[in-house]
Amino acid sequence: MGKLTIGTFSSLVGSMSLDFAVKLSEAAVKKGHKVDFWMSGNATMLAKKGQKAFKDYSFLSKTLQEMLATGNFNITACEACAEARGYHKEDCPDGFQRKSMDWYLASTFEADRVLHIGGD
Amino acid sequence: MATKKLAFVVRSLPYKTEASRLALTHAISSQTVEIYLNDGDLVEASISYVGDGVFNILKNQQAGKHYGITTNEGHAKNTLLLDLKVLICKEDLDKFGLTEENLVMDAEDLGGDMRANIVSYNEIQKEMETADHLLFC
Repeated sequence: MGKLTIGTFSSLVGSMSLDFAVKLSEAAVKKGHKVDFWMSGNATMLAKKGQKAFKDYSFLSKTLQEMLATGNFNITACEACAEARGYHKEDCPDGFQRKSMDWYLASTFEADRVLHIGGD
Repeated sequence: MATKKLAFVVRSLPYKTEASRLALTHAISSQTVEIYLNDGDLVEASISYVGDGVFNILKNQQAGKHYGITTNEGHAKNTLLLDLKVLICKEDLDKFGLTEENLVMDAEDLGGDMRANIVSYNEIQKEMETADHLLFC
């Protein structure tokens, strides 16, 4: 099985890029691959607990927790990007990590594929 | 022991979104990536400016004055100070009427000796072909 590293910059609400990245991760994890999921910039909004499900907005928390339970999914937010937006360590959902940007670059080292979704 | 090459391709405008700034800060973070890797392993980042991305390296940016934040010019200068390979697309500069005089080409004032390279898109294509991973921002 392979390892996929996905980096995202796009926000949870306001863009569907993050939804696409999570869907792709889910498909990869279901096939038994390992996924490192990096959130930078506005994507760190995903690393805020307490999000509620509304029909009009994306709600990815349940999918993410299911993927985390497999042990093949690692989700990490850029600490500086999160802090700049007022998301602190205590706001982070269970299982999420916060690291500096070099963690993401290190993750690419052993990745078979890197998908960097750098738009906003 | 191995080196993985990452090619950051900056194609978005500065300040309109955070994407190009994040490209630069992520590329700069390659300098400390070893703390996560085995001894001898490396991640080497290069930066190529194409399309609207060339506006990120304009001189005399005033983001500090108008927004109270650091400039992409400053980050671009840091990439040169850290000896990252920097390529700028000549065709896109020509398209916008920009020349070397308008751009951050070195970090000599900070003690750096690396220069950015203005090259044809073919050269940037070659850089992308030799990279292990491409990161478009």
